[in-house]
Amino acid sequence: MSAITRDEVQRLAALAQIDLTDSEVSELTEQLSNAIESAAKVSEVAKNVGDVPQMSHPVAVTNNFRPDEVVPSLTTEQALAGAPAVEEERFAVPQILGEEP
Amino acid sequence: MSKSAQIIGLSAAQLSEKLQSGDVSAVAVTQAHIDRIADVDSDIHAFLAQSSEQALETAAEVDRKRKAGEELHPLAGVPIALKDNIVTADLTTTCGSKMLEDWVPVYTATVAQRVQEIGMPILGKTNMDEFAMGSSTETSAFGPTRNPWNTDHHPGGSGGGSAAALASFSTPLALGSDTGGSIRQPGAVTGTVGVKPTYGTVSRYGVIAMASSLDQVGPAARTVLDAALLHEVIAGVDPHDNTSLNVPVPPVVAAAREGATGDLRGVRIGVIAELQGEGYQEGVRLRFAESLDALRQAGAEIVEVSCPNIENALIAYDILNAAEASSNLARFDGMRFGRRVEPTDGRNISVDTVMSASRGAGFGLEVKRRILLGIHALSGDNYDAMFRNAQRVRSVVTQEISAAFQSVDVLVSPTSPTGASVIGAADSVSDGLLHSDVATTAANLAGAPAMSVPVGLGDENLPVGLQIIAPQLADDRMYRVGAALETTLQERWGAPLLAQLPELGQLKVEVSL
Repeated sequence: MSAITRDEVQRLAALAQIDLTDSEVSELTEQLSNAIESAAKVSEVAKNVGDVPQMSHPVAVTNNFRPDEVVPSLTTEQALAGAPAVEEERFAVPQILGEEP
Repeated sequence: MSKSAQIIGLSAAQLSEKLQSGDVSAVAVTQAHIDRIADVDSDIHAFLAQSSEQALETAAEVDRKRKAGEELHPLAGVPIALKDNIVTADLTTTCGSKMLEDWVPVYTATVAQRVQEIGMPILGKTNMDEFAMGSSTETSAFGPTRNPWNTDHHPGGSGGGSAAALASFSTPLALGSDTGGSIRQPGAVTGTVGVKPTYGTVSRYGVIAMASSLDQVGPAARTVLDAALLHEVIAGVDPHDNTSLNVPVPPVVAAAREGATGDLRGVRIGVIAELQGEGYQEGVRLRFAESLDALRQAGAEIVEVSCPNIENALIAYDILNAAEASSNLARFDGMRFGRRVEPTDGRNISVDTVMSASRGAGFGLEVKRRILLGIHALSGDNYDAMFRNAQRVRSVVTQEISAAFQSVDVLVSPTSPTGASVIGAADSVSDGLLHSDVATTAANLAGAPAMSVPVGLGDENLPVGLQIIAPQLADDRMYRVGAALETTLQERWGAPLLAQLPELGQLKVEVSL
C-alpha cells in the first residue's frame, strides 16, 4: 500500500499549478510515497523529544526598521525587460476570468 | 611570472600578493583563467555562462588604478565565479532551470555587487542542481558538471559547478549558497574548501530563494585563508535584506592566519558520536581518524560529544525545506518574467492554465517532487503531523548543538559519509542521494556556521572532507581550526591535496604551498 495515490498526486499538482504528464504522475507517485513514508518518522521522533517549542527561524529578528527614504527603483522599461509579453507598458497576461474573451 | 600554468596554480592570497607587488597584472591573471576555462570546461562543464569581456574590462581597470597609485582592496584583480542562483544584471541567471533559461536580470545581488565593487573580475556563472535541489548537480536542466578528480563522477551539489571550477583551477574563488550542505558537500567531494557562514550574516538580496529559514550564501575556495578573505568581503548587514544581521563580522582572516601557525593548544574539539562509523565509507573513516590525530598533534583536546537527535536532522530538514520551497517557488508563474507556455491540449487559454503549463514545462522532476511534498506537508492534518513536528525536531537538534558548545569550542564530523558517486549511478531524484546530506543539514537547522576542509583521498582516490561546526557568530573559531588542520595535513603530504589532481587539459598546473 503506497503512502500516496495517483489521484492525490494529481490533486497536489493542481494545488501547485503544475501540469504533469502521465509518466511524471507515475514517477512522482512512487517518489512521494517514499518521501512521505520517510517523513512520517518525524512524528515518532517528535514524540520522544518532550516539550520543545516549534522553531521556524534560527535567529529571532523583530521590528527591523529602516529609515523611510525615497530611493531609486526600477524603471518601467527595466521592470518589463524580462516579461514574456508586454502591452502599453504593462505586463500582458492571459485572461484572468473564465468567460469567453 | 607570466606562465599561465603558474598563475592558475596560485591561491587567491598568493595572487593578491603578486598583484600588489606588480609581479603580475590583473589582465594576465584573468586571461589565464579564461584560457583555462576554454581548455578544460568542455570536459568539466562547471560554467553555464561566461562573462570574459566584462572580466577583462574589470581587470584592466584594476591595473590602471594600481598603476595610478590608488589604494585597492587586496582581492582587487583576483577573479571569481558565481553560482547561477546569484542574480547579475546583464548576465544570464538560470538557477539551473529551464524556467529561467536565458533570463537576464535587471539588478545585481548584494554579494555580487560587493565583489564587483572591490574590482574582482567575474568569470561567469556556475552550474548547479535545479533551484539548488540536489546533491550532485545532476538535476541541472543544462546537464551535469563533472568532478575534476574523475570525470565519470559528479562534483557534489547543489553547488557542484563552483566546486568543480575551483578544483579544475578555472577560478581561484567562487560563491555558493548552502541550504542543507550545498557549499560544504561539493567542497568535500572535490578536495576544496566550502563555508556556510552564520545564518543572517551574509546578504541574500538577489539570491534566488529555496528555503528562506535555511539558505545562506558563503565562500568557496581552495584554501581556508582564501575562503576567509572572501568571507570578509561578502559579510555584513545589508539594508536590502531585512533578515541580515547588524552584527560585527567575526575576524575570520586573522583567525585563519592564526590557525595556519598549526597551534591549537587550548582548543577543545567535540567529535559528534552519532555522525561516524556505520554507514560511512571506509576511506571517509580512515581520513577522519587521521584528521583527529592531526588536530591532536596541533595541540587540540579531542573529546566525544553526543547529540542524539542530530541523526534526525535530515528528516526534519526534508520536510521544512520542501514546505518553504513550495512557497518560494510560487513566484515562478510565467507572468512577469521567466518561461511562459500555453497549454496545447485544447484547454482555454487563461492565467490558470498558462501558469500550470508554464510550471509543468519549466520545472524538472526533482523540483516538482519537492513542491508537491511541501504542499502535502502543509495541508490538512499533515500540517500538525509533519510540519509542526519537524519544527519541534529542529528545536531539539538546535538545543543539543548549543548544549554541546557548553563543553567544546567546535564540533567536527565527516562532511559527507561517502565520496562522489558515478554520474547517473545514484538514484539522484529520490532518497538515495539525500543521504549524503546526513551530516550537513543540522548546521542549517541551527543557523550555525560550518565549513568543510579537504582531508585526503578516500575510496576510489576521491576526496574526503571534514566538517567543522562553530557556535552562531563565532565563525572565526572554525577558520582557526580549519587552517590548523590544513597546515598540519599539508606538512604531512608535502603539498596541497590538489597537487595530486590527475592531469586535465593542456597545462601542467604548478601548485605551491
